[in-house]
Amino acid sequence: MNFPYLSTIVFLPVVGLIVIALLPKPEQRTIKLISLIFALASFALSIAVFCLFDRSAGVIGQIQFQERLSWIPAINAFYHLGVDGLSLPLVILMTFLGVLAVLVSWNVQLRPKEYFIWLLFLEASILGVFCSLDLVLFFLFWELELIPMYFLISIWGGGRKEYSAMKYVIYTLVGSAMMLAGILSIYFTTGSLSMMELAGLTVAKPFIPLAAMFFLLLVGFAIKLPMFPLHTWLPDAHTDAPTAASVVLAGALLKMGGYGMIRLCVTIFPVVALQYAPLLVVLAIVSVLYGAAVTLRQKDLKRLIAYSSVSHMGYVLLGIFALSEVSLTGATLQMFSHGIITGLLFAMVGLVYDKTHERNLDKLGGLARQMPVIVVVFSIAGLASLGLPGTSGFAAEFITFVGSYSSTVVEGIRLYTILGVFGIVLTAGYILWMLQRVFYGPPLEKFKDVPDANNVEKVCIFSFVAAIMLVGIYPAILTNVIKLGVEPIIRLIGS
Amino acid sequence: MTVGELRFLTPELSLLGFALVVILVDLFVKQKKVLAGLSIAGIVVSAGFAVSMWGTPGEAIFYRMMAVDNFALFFKLLLLAAAGLIILASQDYVSKFERFQGEYYALVLISAVGMMLLVAAADLIAIYVALELSGISLYVLVTFLKDKKSTEAGLKYLLLGAVASAVLLYGMALVFGFTGRTCLMCISEYVKGMPGAGLLNNPALLLGMVLLAAGFGFKIACFPFQMWVPDVYEGAPTPITAYLSVASKAAGFAVVLRVFFAALGSPEWLSLNWGMLFAVLSAITMTVGNVVAILQSNIKRMLGYSSIAQAGYLMVGLATVGMAVGDDAVGQSGLLFFLMSYAVTNLGAFIAVIAISNKIKSDEINDYTGMGKRAPLLALALSLCLVSLIGLPPTAGLIAKIYIFSGAVQNGLLWLVIIAVINSCISAFYYLRVVKVMWTGAPKAAGKVPSSWALRIALAFCCLFVLLLGVIPAGFVSIAEAAVRILGS
Repeated sequence: MNFPYLSTIVFLPVVGLIVIALLPKPEQRTIKLISLIFALASFALSIAVFCLFDRSAGVIGQIQFQERLSWIPAINAFYHLGVDGLSLPLVILMTFLGVLAVLVSWNVQLRPKEYFIWLLFLEASILGVFCSLDLVLFFLFWELELIPMYFLISIWGGGRKEYSAMKYVIYTLVGSAMMLAGILSIYFTTGSLSMMELAGLTVAKPFIPLAAMFFLLLVGFAIKLPMFPLHTWLPDAHTDAPTAASVVLAGALLKMGGYGMIRLCVTIFPVVALQYAPLLVVLAIVSVLYGAAVTLRQKDLKRLIAYSSVSHMGYVLLGIFALSEVSLTGATLQMFSHGIITGLLFAMVGLVYDKTHERNLDKLGGLARQMPVIVVVFSIAGLASLGLPGTSGFAAEFITFVGSYSSTVVEGIRLYTILGVFGIVLTAGYILWMLQRVFYGPPLEKFKDVPDANNVEKVCIFSFVAAIMLVGIYPAILTNVIKLGVEPIIRLIGS
Repeated sequence: MTVGELRFLTPELSLLGFALVVILVDLFVKQKKVLAGLSIAGIVVSAGFAVSMWGTPGEAIFYRMMAVDNFALFFKLLLLAAAGLIILASQDYVSKFERFQGEYYALVLISAVGMMLLVAAADLIAIYVALELSGISLYVLVTFLKDKKSTEAGLKYLLLGAVASAVLLYGMALVFGFTGRTCLMCISEYVKGMPGAGLLNNPALLLGMVLLAAGFGFKIACFPFQMWVPDVYEGAPTPITAYLSVASKAAGFAVVLRVFFAALGSPEWLSLNWGMLFAVLSAITMTVGNVVAILQSNIKRMLGYSSIAQAGYLMVGLATVGMAVGDDAVGQSGLLFFLMSYAVTNLGAFIAVIAISNKIKSDEINDYTGMGKRAPLLALALSLCLVSLIGLPPTAGLIAKIYIFSGAVQNGLLWLVIIAVINSCISAFYYLRVVKVMWTGAPKAAGKVPSSWALRIALAFCCLFVLLLGVIPAGFVSIAEAAVRILGS
């Protein structure tokens, strides 16, 4: 058997957290270094997988780096991991964010041991979601992520942290309860839990209508994405979460929703997806426009970024249910790009708040003088978010729009795409307005001695910028891979 | 009957012997720890006998009064494990009734004997006698603290238990009057060969069945017979509360399963009806348990209502057994697996509560504030068990729920499963509230929380199994499957 790359990637953070847990009274610095080492090792391995990934045309539709062990024979469940073009970018995204989340948390003073244990736990469970090829295993990792997130928000958060954490848990649990019902009904219709076997499911006598299974799964993913009108947990959870949790939440956790939609909803039920695509595209456009409009009205810096996620994940939904090859590629790229851009935005908000202890836009202002590095990086992140050419945001949104506009399978998609593009105008509005209110205007007396980013923070935010630029200038580095994952889905839809 | 058949009762007889030895030794020894040790030894010996019989083909002994099958052995081992853990966890608690430790341990063992006979009984009369044997020991144990609450709890338990027994007896009388038989297999034979099909043509059988369900419903605390639970759970000594919530409930489910499956399991017009009865009761039970649990501020009461809710999930398994067509045993094995997982989880939660409440002298959830700082390991164990009760990974609770719900979906109870998963979401709220106060608040007082080694071992055992069942369930699933294969022999 080959080296189990994926298990190692998923479980390295777990090893890290066990090491931390077993150290008796460790120094804060030791804890942070150990977390960093294990997060880096996981990242390095995922890059290795990325390099070793076979990109030749002959492997389209094949899942690589598979590991398969019998797990619960009674229900035919396997410990089955693997990546394809769809999941690989998201695995890299998570390991990358895992490293940066540790760096972002370098200043955590409150109960650091537990904090880093939960952070590594969170990383492992999200990686597990992206690597699982068995529905029960997928569900297990999906639920596992709740526990660390609950603790991260309710202990290290701010504001109404306990309320927000509980709201997050209940929302997600309702979604995953539906998902479980969907998974069970798929299992009893087919007797299989393997995502690969289930692709393009056709059965003569389904247990419940295929459309019902599709929607049971979809609700779980739509809550996570989040799709209008199921998004209301997101602003609360984001606003009250500690910075690193926000980074991971916006960066990788929301992507579980989009990934699930493509991997399960669209791949298993292509015909149903095609049938209901117009409805979902409309909801996508509502998410884009409504999200952007609400964002414009926010006074709290962190809440503003949180709402912008609703709008940006709307593009992902549009790309997915436009159901063309280009649009699906765009949606996946948008997930990656939004992950790093919004991750960076949250990191920046965290920095600004750390230094000024202020998040209210009306009370901030004139910070450009004191924090030259932060203002530049924040602006880059903001411009990437509104899709400036040369950044990953442009590449992803452009491909998504081109793909959805040219899609032939969904009726009226052109009109919707045009409406969706309007969202970018709103994005430009709130991003530029926000930058202006935070950084420009007359310098304020109370912020006279506010410091700029320190070295650890610079390493962290410059890595984000590098990633944004890399994908922006050479998107093919990812689209070449994503294409391999999307093509088989398009074949299913076409047939 | 031959004397040789007595060897099948070695687990019960040896345990009874040890119970008597405990009472005798109590008269002469000052060091009461010896008694706990003796009780544990008795349990180990008894468990050894039970294990040695595992896998023997099902046999009916004593003129079909008792069954020897894997199903009974499975439950005997589960009950013994629960009794053993309770005795270990009682070490920190028995100081409250210094004088009566011998009686305490002996009664725990005797009630275990009663329940072990109950799960093996294959005759209505044997069932009734065993039920009373376990019941009477438990009534006494509930009042052991001899304070106001404990006495009230014991009296309530006794009175309601007596009414339930009467109802049960009436049900048995009707079934006997209708079929002319008391042994379960004979009843089954009679019912199968009955001329007039349809339950409405046989009102006496219908009434008997409903009364049986009501009588057993008290034991498993399902709606509408759950009223005694919160008061008794709150008033009883905490180890006994744990014992009631796990062992007594497991034995109740065992006997319900045996009576309804072995005696009334076929023909279909019968099983579909009681299946639906349990399905409806299950939906109400879990909803009542979960909704009322939200309002509780006392952790023992909360766990009491939570155990009602869990009984509701378990009844999903009963309903599945009723609705199942043909030889499909997924309902039974799901129920057994859920019981295993529930037993270790709930015992773990109660053991942690025993240790914590012993120190802070309070069962109020608000007084658990900051326990994560004062007793990190206890708080961690309690959190793990609560997470398992919600049914989140990587714990036993998730696999158990998936298992039992998947059986129900398979047998056309999708509506019930939807209600059950919505209930699981509701339950997250009150379980997580305890987790939250333990980890987020500042401690109300300083000082570590001491606990004895015995209690720590018991707790570690529970937590270990919560994780094992959650991560590598395959082995336990096959045990559960082996345990149902011979049921109703």
